[in-house]
Amino acid sequence: MNASAHSCGGTPIITGEDIIVRYHRRTVVDVPRFELCDGETHAILGPSGSGKSTLLRVLGLLERPAKGRITLDGRPVTAGDKGARTMMAAVFQNPYLFKGTVSENVAYGLKLRGVSRAERDDRVAAALERVGLGGTQKASALRLSGGEAQRVALARALVLEPRILLLDEPLSYLDPLIKRRLVQDFSQILSAEGVTALYVTHDQDEAMVVADRVSIINEGTVIRSGDVDEVMTLPTTPWIADFIGMDAALSGTIVDSVEGIAEVLVGEERVFACTQLPPHTDVLVGIRPEDVMLFEAGAEMPVSSARNHLLMRVESIEHMGSTDRVSLHSNGMRIASSISRAASRELGLVAGAEVRAFFKATSVRVQSAAGVPSGV
Amino acid sequence: MEVFWSAFVDSIKLLFGGDAALYEIIGLSLRVSGISLFFAMLIGVPLGYLIGAHRFPGRGLVVAIVNTGMGLPPVVVGLTVYMLLSRSGPIWDLYLTWMGEAMPRVLYTVPAMIVAQVIISSPLVTGVTLAAIASVPTELRLQARSLGASRLQEAILTVKEARRGVMASVAAGFGGIISEVGAVNMVGGNIAGKTRVMTTAIQLETGQGNFGLALALGLILIGISFVIMNGFTRVQQSGGRYER
Repeated sequence: MNASAHSCGGTPIITGEDIIVRYHRRTVVDVPRFELCDGETHAILGPSGSGKSTLLRVLGLLERPAKGRITLDGRPVTAGDKGARTMMAAVFQNPYLFKGTVSENVAYGLKLRGVSRAERDDRVAAALERVGLGGTQKASALRLSGGEAQRVALARALVLEPRILLLDEPLSYLDPLIKRRLVQDFSQILSAEGVTALYVTHDQDEAMVVADRVSIINEGTVIRSGDVDEVMTLPTTPWIADFIGMDAALSGTIVDSVEGIAEVLVGEERVFACTQLPPHTDVLVGIRPEDVMLFEAGAEMPVSSARNHLLMRVESIEHMGSTDRVSLHSNGMRIASSISRAASRELGLVAGAEVRAFFKATSVRVQSAAGVPSGV
Repeated sequence: MEVFWSAFVDSIKLLFGGDAALYEIIGLSLRVSGISLFFAMLIGVPLGYLIGAHRFPGRGLVVAIVNTGMGLPPVVVGLTVYMLLSRSGPIWDLYLTWMGEAMPRVLYTVPAMIVAQVIISSPLVTGVTLAAIASVPTELRLQARSLGASRLQEAILTVKEARRGVMASVAAGFGGIISEVGAVNMVGGNIAGKTRVMTTAIQLETGQGNFGLALALGLILIGISFVIMNGFTRVQQSGGRYER
């Protein structure tokens, strides 16, 4: 992977270089370069056992790597550097609240930093207010529900006003309803605080809600890193495509471009996409299944902003809970559509049937194919 | 049954009878065991934390050694301390070589009794503390570290989290020495007014056939233990409303 794929354009706060972590002689993390930039929420996305939490602990100075350098604001630091460590605060999968009251928990880090009682009380109250638990100071920390406990854990970190917030699967223990609400709340709090955050998760939806940038990690190695929209729409390898539930990115060539709308030749199909790339550029093309609508093959074309409407053949239909994932192909182009089960039934979709696929030019993600590794 | 009842009545009479010699014996018992317990905690709690909270090669063996130490026969400890401290023991020689003068007599003094009781109670405190600390999830320490805790602050938090178990270790250590007779008798010598404690007094009275008196002393000892353990339990359960 080329170095530019990691750089974010901003100023990196933390840079990790040549990070190697070994457990029992097994290499669990091997990351040549990782940058966390000022103000961004950066998600590290990967399956369980991919080394993402270990990478977070190393970058967060909670664990020493077997090899590697970590710089904070351009200064080399280690896990023994207390000044550097106190610039960060973490929230883990299990909130691990300490025995005592909510207020004692939230005040813990402030106490370690020698903050006066009066200031502590004020800051604790404010932090609890921010996470939606105002006035719960005196409650026992161990009697909270899972969602409340995780909010307290977030308050316990936020109250320190850290420059960097480390979040390690903070929501994965929660049930789906609470999780949905907390993802929104966490996302709001993170952007409102303007805090730089490293957010480890295995859940791509969560990453898409909270993150500005995302790094996908597998078997200890970052295999893709970049803007969240780009990474989540343009899977550059079959493994990434499979992991984020998409078909691998399509290869195409821009044949024409007018006012930022390019005509891209994919197989023998022509697709309109929003991009500033010039004609004759070889590109990767990705479309999220949620953005592809389906209509009957012979239906009247509704007047809509959807520039792309292709007659395609259904290859297979996969039931995914409340939605159906429909794989489609035509003239060497292969995309997927995610539609509700009701819509799927109404269309009477079966393998081999013809349908009309609609998607906007803005939904088509295009990236220059230069510098992207070919499939793994 | 008669015997036990009259012993019970005697024990009450003795306890409140104003017998200065008895109070002295009770006082010495508490002092020897209290000071020993203090040192045992000083050794056992940090050691229990270090072993309980860390993974290192040979840890299993170390734990087995500590657990064996929890079952040390007091009589063997007494014998060993006796041999080490006696005029023909190695410490006597070392003292003479290093200090150039004869070591003051330690055997048959209160410090000798304390040495023996520290050896008996330290593994008890270590072993129970270790188990309590090991049950605190390592992630909790990671969490503390991530909020800016130093290694020491991390340790203090962990001990606080495990405080019920740590208090149990103190109770175990105290229980192991307040009732112990073999070692204190051997290195203390049961000298009236100097090294006589409750247990050695009971042993003496039993040996002389004064069963009633021995039993009364025994009841007093149990009563005192109860009062102290009750105090431990209260401390142990303080803050309990935040643990459920």
